[in-house]
Amino acid sequence: MSTKTINLTLKVWRQNGPQNKGQFETYQVSNVSTDSSFLEMMDVLNEQLINEGKEPVAFDHDCREGICGMCSMYINGRAHGPDRLIPTCQLHMRKFKDGETITVEPWRANGFPVIKDLMVDRSAFDKILQAGGFISVNTGGVPDANAIPIPKEAADEAMDAAACIGCGACVATCKNSSAMLFVSAKVSQLALLPQGKVEAKRRALNMIAKMDELGFGNCSNTGACEIECPKGISLAHIARLNREFLTASFTA
Amino acid sequence: MTKLDSKIPEGVLKDKWTNYKAHQDLVNPANKRKIEIIVVGTGLAGASAAASLGELGFKVKNFCYQDSPRRAHSIAAQGGINAAKNYPNDGDSVYRLFYDTVKGGDYRAREANVYRLAEVSNAIIDQGVAQGIPFARDYGGLLDNRSFGGALVSRTFYARGQTGQQLLLGAYGALNRQIAKGSVEMYPRTEMMDIVVIDGRARGIVTRNLVTGEIESHFGHAVVLATGGYGNVFFLSTNAMGSNGSAAWKAYKKGAYFANPCFVQIHPTCIPVHGEFQSKLTLMSESLRNDGRIWVPAKLEDAEAIRARKKRPEDIPEEDRDYYLERRYPAFGNLVPRDVASRAAKERCDAGYGVETGQAVYLDFKHAIERLGKDVIEARYGNLFQMYEKITDQNPYETPMMIYPAIHYTMGGTWVDYELQTTVPGLFSIGEANFSDHGANRLGASALMQGLADGYFVLPYTIQNYLADQHQVKPFSTDMPEFKETEKKVKEQIANLMEIGAKGKRSVDSIHKELGHIMWDHVGMERNANSLKEGIEMIKKLRKEFWQEVRIPGKTDTINVELEKAIRLADFLELGELMARDALHRDESCGGHFRAEHQTEEGEALRHDDKFMYVAAWEYKGKDAEPELHKEDLKYEGIEVKTRNYK
Repeated sequence: MSTKTINLTLKVWRQNGPQNKGQFETYQVSNVSTDSSFLEMMDVLNEQLINEGKEPVAFDHDCREGICGMCSMYINGRAHGPDRLIPTCQLHMRKFKDGETITVEPWRANGFPVIKDLMVDRSAFDKILQAGGFISVNTGGVPDANAIPIPKEAADEAMDAAACIGCGACVATCKNSSAMLFVSAKVSQLALLPQGKVEAKRRALNMIAKMDELGFGNCSNTGACEIECPKGISLAHIARLNREFLTASFTA
Repeated sequence: MTKLDSKIPEGVLKDKWTNYKAHQDLVNPANKRKIEIIVVGTGLAGASAAASLGELGFKVKNFCYQDSPRRAHSIAAQGGINAAKNYPNDGDSVYRLFYDTVKGGDYRAREANVYRLAEVSNAIIDQGVAQGIPFARDYGGLLDNRSFGGALVSRTFYARGQTGQQLLLGAYGALNRQIAKGSVEMYPRTEMMDIVVIDGRARGIVTRNLVTGEIESHFGHAVVLATGGYGNVFFLSTNAMGSNGSAAWKAYKKGAYFANPCFVQIHPTCIPVHGEFQSKLTLMSESLRNDGRIWVPAKLEDAEAIRARKKRPEDIPEEDRDYYLERRYPAFGNLVPRDVASRAAKERCDAGYGVETGQAVYLDFKHAIERLGKDVIEARYGNLFQMYEKITDQNPYETPMMIYPAIHYTMGGTWVDYELQTTVPGLFSIGEANFSDHGANRLGASALMQGLADGYFVLPYTIQNYLADQHQVKPFSTDMPEFKETEKKVKEQIANLMEIGAKGKRSVDSIHKELGHIMWDHVGMERNANSLKEGIEMIKKLRKEFWQEVRIPGKTDTINVELEKAIRLADFLELGELMARDALHRDESCGGHFRAEHQTEEGEALRHDDKFMYVAAWEYKGKDAEPELHKEDLKYEGIEVKTRNYK
């Protein structure tokens, strides 16, 4: 680790509440260690604001190890900033230059209204999963775990899809604010496994209907979501979702 | 002194749970919908309990401070989950899992609870597969296993390095299904502020809506805490930023005893600290110790040269490397339990052999890559290696990882009996929030097992024994004086904090970091009577400063993250003192609790079973009064008590 420090100008979106109009505020932060994460740099800014008697910037974050999916910053025009396969908490300051100006915004999508500053409401994702993103089994009374052999390839591919952390970068980066990558990850994971096939049709139809109802746009296959997805969820899952949805629509 | 009733069922160890279930009271299906249950927390324990109780027909309200139940910190568990399936045919059994867990916990866990945990472990794996969790499989299509510290068998099931995520999403799926059905009502971005006790029973909670600041009351015939551990008292830990001990602490102040608060697990394989603005420590899964070998330079001059950037680890020839775990513990080698591995790393670094900042050791995959090929290592640990590289800017395929111990898990927690009920009737505690199953040290891949065992297969039974006569109790109005009085106290505390906060000079984080330093230096990996006494005085002084100097900008009727943090820190500043008191009273070493005064000639933990083979359960006696110690003696009938030996 070759540590050095850099000075930055930050243009941060400030918005009091969902009904308020927001605006950019400009701040200077100095002596930021390049080994810090982006959120640790935001901590430094907030400490500075608190000491100046101002309100700190509100942003969502929790695990800070790339798995809870709570952090959600749009940095220099990119969901989770200028690095691949990571959420904001794993973005490190070594990706920025001394003297650089960094723009920080919240996710912007109809489905994700701003709550305050950089925090948005992503409860629409929970609602989509409530519409069918599960296998309908109760606790207990299930067969032995090794009763159904599942080809390793199918299990691995299901795991690729299941890696989704529900952060919403796919929606934030899509020009249509489509949630197709998110929905397809769950539909695909469960459709790949024999346990999930039983109610695959119902699942695809209900989740898509809920997604449409909640104001997410259509997919026009630009592929931006795949590029910004911190877990590298592949567009191939959208293709599988479309197949599942079509079959279900024809046979329903 | 009151006697703690652990309610361990009669009979021989292996029949206790079967007998309990056969004779316990149950609630009939028609009456279940008349009964309301509050579950606080949506991690593995909370989500699995809320979903299972909803499936049974109870009316459940589930709360979490995050924006979605899926964010709970169980999601970050990497390596795996233990079960006694014995699929690899390597000699595992329910008894062996029980034995390893009690031994790993250094004979400070309650035997009957641990046996039950081992008994239900297999059902968790079955449940997970039925939910569509993509566990790792072999080419034949059956489930794969890996090994973890403290065991001689491979009993750990895993989903790449994201086992916690997959198990939590499984439970979250089950929870979502119940939310859709209307049996569970979900309250995200809502923090529990206090518990309401009416006529000696827990009857509800008071919450704060983190978006609007609204203080609200909720009734429940029973209240279940699934709120995780209190590792963040150290500020730097592997916990999530929001993880806190407040729910358990509020329960303590309402009469629930707090057990073994000094039992904290320090995880040996975390990425070392980089600087003072560091906000958290990232864990590198223990599963890496399956293939990685831990070493430091054998010569002081090499360690110095590495720290001065004059040598790289690759420059140190094989004969000048000290694989100290393999040297000290030939039988278990790199797979000794966490407490042993952590102390061994500290011992080498304290002796001057540490690398990088001096507070780091190497975890090297060179031999594994030579033996198995890069592809195999990538398949096993690819995402962990990627995460390490993103954080440190170093490629672990080419140069060894650097690791150092960090605060990870708290074995201590709310005291519960065999039914997972606290000393307040109607108040239950499950998962990491209780003290139950891990004694003085938890084995790897057992936290997921315990959280889900409690939530899916234990609590849904035992809570019914309490609720059996409760269907006659009509839901209480939250206008009752007990609710209003609790709301008033919560509002007063917030107003008080805001008043101090308007003039205060120190940010919440700056005080929290100072508390963290006190805890790490005085109540950390190695403790002694003097350091602990000093620590207690320092915590008291800092607490006083907090209540005079804390700065909290903003308002109460909107999102106010500084206020949230201040409320949690106020509790940590009290909890930290109880941890130090407990550590001071426990004049022995056991598991993760290492008192420098009590060690063998070889530097291993020296227990004093004659004096300390008990659970220390502390009772709150008022703001400035000393807490009262209650003891639950531990009796071992199914296992011979020995000195742990991993040589």
